[in-house]
Amino acid sequence: MHLAYPAVLAVLLFCVGLYGVLARRNLILVLMSVELMLAAVNLNLVAFDVWLRDTLHAGQSLALFVIAIAAAEIGIGLAIVLLVYRTRGSSAVDRLRDTAESPPGSASDEDRPAGEEKTAVRGGAAA
Amino acid sequence: MTRDFLSPTGVEIVFVLVGIVVLGAALLTVSTKQLVHSALWLVVTLGGLAVEYLLLTAEFIAWVQVLIYVGSVVVLLLFGLMLTRAPIGRSPDADSGNRWVALGVAGAAAVTLVWVVVDAFRTQYIPLDEAQGTTAVMGEALFRYWVLPFEALSVLLLAALVGAIVLSRRKSEAEAGDEGTKS
Repeated sequence: MHLAYPAVLAVLLFCVGLYGVLARRNLILVLMSVELMLAAVNLNLVAFDVWLRDTLHAGQSLALFVIAIAAAEIGIGLAIVLLVYRTRGSSAVDRLRDTAESPPGSASDEDRPAGEEKTAVRGGAAA
Repeated sequence: MTRDFLSPTGVEIVFVLVGIVVLGAALLTVSTKQLVHSALWLVVTLGGLAVEYLLLTAEFIAWVQVLIYVGSVVVLLLFGLMLTRAPIGRSPDADSGNRWVALGVAGAAAVTLVWVVVDAFRTQYIPLDEAQGTTAVMGEALFRYWVLPFEALSVLLLAALVGAIVLSRRKSEAEAGDEGTKS
């Protein structure tokens, strides 16, 4: 089999996953796209291992490790997503903007309560 | 030894056909508006990749892929979708605002990488006359040369499990009441 076939398939799959990570809004769908990218990397590892006829089978062993680490990652990731959903009531990535900087010179409405709270805290400390 | 792309072997034909199915399912995974269907298309993608591993004679990886990815990861993802109350029908806001930027980035990356990969490897050929990834071969490689990473991996899995439990644990009564008065 030509090496180009699995290599090109892996590249295309990786780019589909890249698009998913950048374009999806739901956090769980972003995790799915990450899985697609990891699967593409695995295909590359296996194909090059078979091509090189590695006596240590490093590529296939690394592919196994990647599969196991992907399982661990998805477990932790889902726990974090559920925690975010429970505290925020939403799992959309573009609504989690608490640490976003507002552009300079435009005091948006979201900033004002935080600023008032800060002055209130400072006043309390001074008193 | 040169082989022509225009006279493919049977294995190559099957590989390309399954590859088209895998790519189509992956595109549907990242583009469908129904969130649960997305997880089901992911099953098709990963199952097709298992077939590709079989065609590359890496049968142990193929079965591990079926067991872990299709068996457990997708089930976990479905659990996650259900627990975050994902809408069952079509959801119009499945894609965020930077969809066209994402399309541009992914397209540029695809063109560049395909060009590089084809340019570098178009003359290389994988001989498939001898199976490279049977369970016997892989077991020998794993437990003779890769024992230490394998054991470290089991510790890592345990750590991930404990971490997931700690993260998803409900707070105790006192902490929950404290948070309730705060908010």
